[in-house]
Amino acid sequence: MLSAFAFYLFAGITLFSAVMVITARNPVHSVLFLILAFFNSAGLFVLLGAEFVAMILVIVYVGAVAVLFLFVVMMLDISFSDLRKGAMQFIPVGILAGGILLAELIVIFGLWSFDEGSTQVANPIPDDITNTEALGRILYTDYILAFQVSGLILLVAMIGAIVLTHRRRPGVQRQKVAEQQARTVEESMEIHKVTPGTGV
Amino acid sequence: MLEIGIEHYLTLASALFTLGVFGIFLNRKNVIVILMCIELMLLAVNINFVAFSAYMGDLTGQVFTMIILTVAAAEAAIGLAILVVFFRTKGSIAVEDISELKG
Repeated sequence: MLSAFAFYLFAGITLFSAVMVITARNPVHSVLFLILAFFNSAGLFVLLGAEFVAMILVIVYVGAVAVLFLFVVMMLDISFSDLRKGAMQFIPVGILAGGILLAELIVIFGLWSFDEGSTQVANPIPDDITNTEALGRILYTDYILAFQVSGLILLVAMIGAIVLTHRRRPGVQRQKVAEQQARTVEESMEIHKVTPGTGV
Repeated sequence: MLEIGIEHYLTLASALFTLGVFGIFLNRKNVIVILMCIELMLLAVNINFVAFSAYMGDLTGQVFTMIILTVAAAEAAIGLAILVVFFRTKGSIAVEDISELKG
């Protein structure tokens, strides 16, 4: 009873904020509603017993991705109201594409049945240990390749983002380590014989 | 209605995915909102994965949810970096201008 109430609450707020993400006039509001949607999905994940994934969702999405979106939205100096001009003409084709997709999903849903217990389970959820421990036990053993590859993807993304956004500005004082190291005594020092009373 | 089954979660996920697709069409000019719509669609996929994982008693779905999260974070970072570079050169983020990018 209580879990049903919680499900409808979280699901309702998630759907409402998803609608607000795509219809909000101000992209900052879109980002904030995206954060709300992710928080409520994390609540749904907790209801499903996937606490670790719920916490990761909050940390990765709210802590990293949404803040990144917020930074970019606030950094770009664009009149966002101009971007919305003429958006109304795309509504019919949007409804067409979305409606076709929804109809296909409904058809699949109608033809499909889920028989619990008849399928083979690769990694059964253990009862005696926590969700985090159970995930760690299979993530670092059976799925080590996928884990390493996702780390590699993050490395590539990091390098890519730095390479893309890095720019060399002219006229900036910068230390040139190679030139400093290549200096010799002859070119950096002059020895004058100073005779008394004449100066250099 | 009060017994929450996997169908409820699948309905929610399909509604969320459809909203994401619809949002891409609705915000044809604003790439930032399109990226947010892609995040919404990935969230719908994640809900499906976790729902199946919970109702089948199989942890594999949660492992793949984490990998999808990784890919989504990488995609958002790269997408926004490309967007910032594009805005620097063109001064706009409209999708029709992006089709002029050649090499």
